[in-house]
Amino acid sequence: MAERSAPRAWRTPGLVLLAVVLLASPPFLSAYWVGLLTQVVILGILAMSLDLLIGYTGLPSLGHAGFFGVAAYGVGVLSTTYHAGVWASVTGGLLTGTLLAALFGLIVSHVRDVYFLMITMALGMVLWGLSFRWIPVTGGDNGISGIPRLEGLVGLPVSGPVPFYYVALAVFAVCGGLMMLLVRSPFGLTLQGIREQEPRMRSLGFNTWLHSYLSYVGAGLFASIAGIMWAYYNGFVSPTYLDLTASSELFLMVTLGGPSTLVGPVIGAAAIVILKNVMSAYTARWLLILGIIYIVTILWAPQGLWNLGGRSKAE
Amino acid sequence: MKLSRALPLLASLCAATIVFAQTDTRPPIKIGFMVPLSGGNAQNGRDILNGFLMYLDEIGYRAGGRRIDLLVEDDEAIPAVGLTKARKLVERDEVHVMAGALLSSTGYALAPYITSMKIPMVYPVVSADDLTQRRRSEWIVRTGWSGSQPNHAFGEYAYQKLGIRSVVTIALDYAFGWESVGGFERTFVAQGGRIRQKLWVPLSVHDFAPYLAQIPRDVDAVYALLLGRAALQFMRQYQEFGLKGRVRLIGGGTTTDEHVLPFMGEEAVGTITALHYSAALDTPANKAFAESYRMRYKKVPSYYSESMYTGGKWLIAAINAIDGRVEDRQALVDALRRAKPTDLPRGPIELDEYGNPIENVYIRRVERVNGQLQNTVIDTFPRVSQFWTFDPARYLSEPLYAR
Repeated sequence: MAERSAPRAWRTPGLVLLAVVLLASPPFLSAYWVGLLTQVVILGILAMSLDLLIGYTGLPSLGHAGFFGVAAYGVGVLSTTYHAGVWASVTGGLLTGTLLAALFGLIVSHVRDVYFLMITMALGMVLWGLSFRWIPVTGGDNGISGIPRLEGLVGLPVSGPVPFYYVALAVFAVCGGLMMLLVRSPFGLTLQGIREQEPRMRSLGFNTWLHSYLSYVGAGLFASIAGIMWAYYNGFVSPTYLDLTASSELFLMVTLGGPSTLVGPVIGAAAIVILKNVMSAYTARWLLILGIIYIVTILWAPQGLWNLGGRSKAE
Repeated sequence: MKLSRALPLLASLCAATIVFAQTDTRPPIKIGFMVPLSGGNAQNGRDILNGFLMYLDEIGYRAGGRRIDLLVEDDEAIPAVGLTKARKLVERDEVHVMAGALLSSTGYALAPYITSMKIPMVYPVVSADDLTQRRRSEWIVRTGWSGSQPNHAFGEYAYQKLGIRSVVTIALDYAFGWESVGGFERTFVAQGGRIRQKLWVPLSVHDFAPYLAQIPRDVDAVYALLLGRAALQFMRQYQEFGLKGRVRLIGGGTTTDEHVLPFMGEEAVGTITALHYSAALDTPANKAFAESYRMRYKKVPSYYSESMYTGGKWLIAAINAIDGRVEDRQALVDALRRAKPTDLPRGPIELDEYGNPIENVYIRRVERVNGQLQNTVIDTFPRVSQFWTFDPARYLSEPLYAR
């Protein structure tokens, strides 16, 4: 792949810096910043999972927060209404999210481009509506609160923001590693082939429907893992986890950071989480500033931050 | 001047300097505050903040001999964002006390965190019943109201004083709507009234035609619980459908609250609603408040504006009662529960043992006075509790109002 060969010398030090910050900084940070970093790694998993679809398979999903939210609701309902243990709740959340992706995948995997965008958006809205209106189970607009803390449940001797962060970081590392393996595998290369030239892939004998379907389910699986972590991090779930705003913000994380890189979406997640929280403390006009940043990025780095300096695909 | 005469003067001067030095060496009291300041609920959030800023200006940002630092955050009306901002205020800025939140969903999301961090918090607006009923927290003090509170009174009023026997309700389809309609239904039906039909509209409603078409023309009244854009749209369409003048319109207080009333026209006149506040309330305290609010912000105060003026007064009264020793959080939350601020715009209020105010409920009718629409108070229920006349223990053993 020609674009891979374009040297981006700053990428390796950038990656090392990112790893060092994520690994070593929390003990020296205040609880508030550890909280923000926790959000970054959890939303990083989610953004990477969407990158599997957008960046690698070329499927722009606007309903991806749905699986994230459904898995979070799985944990919320099991651990509060049914008082299930931590592993039962986690498994339940994971199954709900993944099975739902397997079901939705049947509906969406044969469409592409803007049709895919519209159908995933519609399905996302259906899930949001369900979370909002299925009151006996989801608590409606008020959501479900009172999800127990994770640290104690998994047998950690200490609790608090830092231990939770390292749990989240470990999950992040495992998920990131798996996704990295996935996209480098022959299967992952097929996905990129579908993104570039689906008719040719089909004529080569690949079952492109099945490959798209599997990538959709895989993305749903990793999104569910992020949703589970998010439910435990916040201690509650509410319909805002899976509304259109959440899905579009997630979409922005991927495009801002740089699709089809996996690292880029994490940078995008970090940029959005940190910018939002830091700027809104100083000015009420932070949305305006965020908007300007998006526009500047689109103009100067249309392939996203992590792809900066390389040749664009068009060349 | 003889030394003997000057001595007491000198001494008192010294004492004064010491006292001053002492008060100024104490660091400022940090108050964390959050409401939605962006998105669809920004205007209501802004009103709440305005009321608070106005009161803090009145007292010169000083209480209990200490300066007050106000830290304002935007919770975007998203519960997870609200929680992040609460963590920021508590863990990074180390605020002594928190105030704010607009939506029930945010209120519920914050409660476990507030309780676990043992930070006293004032909820000026969040009206979800259970926050001071089945899921109350000892660290949360509500200075606003609970959704069903004015509606219990209003259900009786509608039957007895307005002579209404049958009603169709139309309300926003979420907890606030259910609790308001539930409260109204309970007392109205107990009197012998009949709810013919309950219509629920989604929060994103754009057109009321499908709902208005369902209303039978032979009911005595329509009870509407809406707010914001939906309230404006509803009023217009109610008239267009020829219902105004044929079927009386009554409702929850937010339907004609001053955050939407100035944008309504003749179609709103005559609507009767119930709430714990009206900008047209004819008391010296409210006249002074409404006048200076109008001078400062060039608009009529809404119930949201009043909420944090009163909430602020409440909070400052508590801080003064413990001489500004806000580091003692237990003492502060106790003082918050005992505080009895006076001269409040909405009238006398005190907290019940569950942390919800006992306050007047006003029956208001929309009238045009000097060219402006206002909620004229036509009747008052004094000292209404969140449990109305029911026994709290029995009330709490019953389920929360739902659809």
